[in-house]
Amino acid sequence: MSAAAEAHGHGHGGDHPPPIHYSSRVSPAILGMFLFIASEVMLFGSFFTVYFFDRVVANPPEWPPPPFELPVFVAFVNTCILVTSSFTMHWATTAIKRGNRAGLQAGLVLTFLMGLTFLLTQAIEYHRLGFNTGDHAFASTFFGLTGLHGGHVFVGLSILLVMTIRAFRGHFSPDHHHGVEIGGIYWHFVDIMWIVVYVTVYLL
Amino acid sequence: MRNPFRSEADAYRLVWLTIAYFALIVLASVINVWLGVAVFVAETAAIVWWVFLRRSDTPPPPRIEPSHTHEDERRILVVANETVGGRRLLECIERKSEGVAEKVLVVCPALNSPLRHWVSDEDEARAAAQRRLDTSIASLRASGVDATGEIGDGDPLQAIEDAIRTFDPDEVIVSTHPEGRSHWLERGVVDRARSRFHVPLTHVVVDLSAEAAPSER
Repeated sequence: MSAAAEAHGHGHGGDHPPPIHYSSRVSPAILGMFLFIASEVMLFGSFFTVYFFDRVVANPPEWPPPPFELPVFVAFVNTCILVTSSFTMHWATTAIKRGNRAGLQAGLVLTFLMGLTFLLTQAIEYHRLGFNTGDHAFASTFFGLTGLHGGHVFVGLSILLVMTIRAFRGHFSPDHHHGVEIGGIYWHFVDIMWIVVYVTVYLL
Repeated sequence: MRNPFRSEADAYRLVWLTIAYFALIVLASVINVWLGVAVFVAETAAIVWWVFLRRSDTPPPPRIEPSHTHEDERRILVVANETVGGRRLLECIERKSEGVAEKVLVVCPALNSPLRHWVSDEDEARAAAQRRLDTSIASLRASGVDATGEIGDGDPLQAIEDAIRTFDPDEVIVSTHPEGRSHWLERGVVDRARSRFHVPLTHVVVDLSAEAAPSER
């Protein structure tokens, strides 16, 4: 029924109350997500600002400045793992929307394992880098940016762990899977931020 | 602008868009650094245009028509904010109410700052609108007009739509400040209301500063 027809059918003097219609007020869920994104953009933005400030002001002939070297290939493999985990996360969400519990469980377990692999690989990489946070401004910004992202991955893994446990305990259904949806959004956000960090720090 | 993190599917799509965005920049940078910069600028400009400047694909809101189930009375919807107590507006309402069994609903949108609107802090705006509305309703009732009033949505078009759905008016009067001082006119509220609602609409311009000035004798 069109809105005009509804107005005819439920107008003043009709048998029914006026139909529900949208207010122009911003819904709390949308506002919350915008505020979260804005706070994250500012947080990462401050770290990127420091990184680019160091890079532009120091202006060395090559980047990263000698003797620092970054394991680009290992980070590329790690990036592929994280991007694949986004795929399995999406698979898990799609599966529960279709009522496929096995798909949800498999998708969440795979996502969790890949996220854990990413974090452990990054920790091993830190150990093998040969420099530490206090060695140079570059080292500080490198550890700051990748560490900040690693912290987000850790939070994401915690959320994934709870989601996975709940999935195995029979929670979530095609009609009620808000927990998977929100966790999935966060995981994709973490993935996007890593792509930005990887391209900026390792490639460009 | 659609929130790219509105749903998991949207966020997943953004992952791939991000990969495509940076892949082009990296590929161009491998060929030449300045080509990479050019691709970055071009892609960013395209995204800004797509997100903020292109015409929205969302369909226009439905045209609203009143039901006209009341034959023995004339319902007049008045939408005004700061000009709600203006003399010209009150005269217009009284003129349109002459000789008919009128029923006037005055809607005063609770205009708010964008920040307060976003955080749903509208108590002060509603209180200010209520004070203006009370004065206006008292003036109309003193003139013998059967008037009631309510606070409307901060968006004047939404306020009109709300009132049309519940009050079902025969005509609408929108009151604004003169051109150049009216935010509503600047935003095309009157023209948009005319195209959106199937109700005769009268636009009354109220110059409060002129009305406040002492008349010359």
